[in-house]
Amino acid sequence: MQTYKLTVNGQSKEVNVDPSTPLLWVLREELKMTGTKYGCGISACGACTVHLAGIATRSCVVPISLVGGRPIVTIEGIGEDRAGRAVQDAWVSEDVVQCGYCQSGQIMAAVALLKSIPKPTDANIEASMGGNLCRCGTYVRIRKAIMTASQKLA
Amino acid sequence: MTSTLRRTSVIFLIATAWLSTRAAVAQDTATTPGGQQAGLAAWQQVYSVLTHPRCINCHTATNYPEQGDDRHRHLFNVVRGPGGKGVPGLNCATCHQGENADSTGVPGAHNWHLAPLSMKWQDIRDKILPSAEICRSVSEHSKEAGGVLRHHQQEPLVLWAFQPGRRRDGTERSLPPLTHEQFVAATRTWVEAGMPCPSNP
Repeated sequence: MQTYKLTVNGQSKEVNVDPSTPLLWVLREELKMTGTKYGCGISACGACTVHLAGIATRSCVVPISLVGGRPIVTIEGIGEDRAGRAVQDAWVSEDVVQCGYCQSGQIMAAVALLKSIPKPTDANIEASMGGNLCRCGTYVRIRKAIMTASQKLA
Repeated sequence: MTSTLRRTSVIFLIATAWLSTRAAVAQDTATTPGGQQAGLAAWQQVYSVLTHPRCINCHTATNYPEQGDDRHRHLFNVVRGPGGKGVPGLNCATCHQGENADSTGVPGAHNWHLAPLSMKWQDIRDKILPSAEICRSVSEHSKEAGGVLRHHQQEPLVLWAFQPGRRRDGTERSLPPLTHEQFVAATRTWVEAGMPCPSNP
């Protein structure tokens, strides 16, 4: 076991865990932040996506020992960000969610996309969101919501 | 002051003589039939490493990297992206960290990315290019950008290929056919022989 100091959504946290523990389980089990979801555990579905130093990151495959001092932003904190707020509002206005399980990961990926490409094309959205799976098939509404958020941010 | 000047002059003369000798040796190696043969043999060793899955999986001609010893298309809809580092939301760094994550089976090294298309060692159908073609590509690229030897000695992703870590099931990833030291030695021999390339595939 080892002690790690983390910055999560702007707040300092300290956890004492095995160095091999994935960031996902530190968030969910140690910090009780359950908004980030466990889907596949092998970075195949994107449900566990968080931002690590601004980069959309699959928290299920990143051991806590490799996080270092990089700030972590999760679905619980992304609404504090202008782009994050716009995406969450668009998700509501476009009624994107069906079962909702994958949506925190979808939103985190969408925010990362809009921060890099403020006016994405359909091809940009397809490439960037292609690693986030939705078994309810909400892809059309996800695309529409990203476009709506993009217009709001312009 | 005078003694400092004298010492500097002596050092300069020795360095100049050493460099001249070394250049002459390299020239000899490059031009003699024996040197040429040694260079070609060394190239084949280099080629055996460059075309190993640990290296060639990220030297593709397509818009995606490959994975595994069977060189299958990278899972999870990963794409090359404009800079060879994926796209926003799905960058290489989305999973690949600065070092191997053996507990989760994800390989990692500093600045994980695809080689540029100018350094592709496969065709568009993922077939490995012939020795002569890759040789010319590496040779031309080295003359333009310089430093193939330095690249093979120091580039973190090259070094990773020789310490690729464990797969998700805990088994070790396969290694290139040479050790890193042998790879660098073969590259040096090839470079000092003037980077000769086979005339046939």
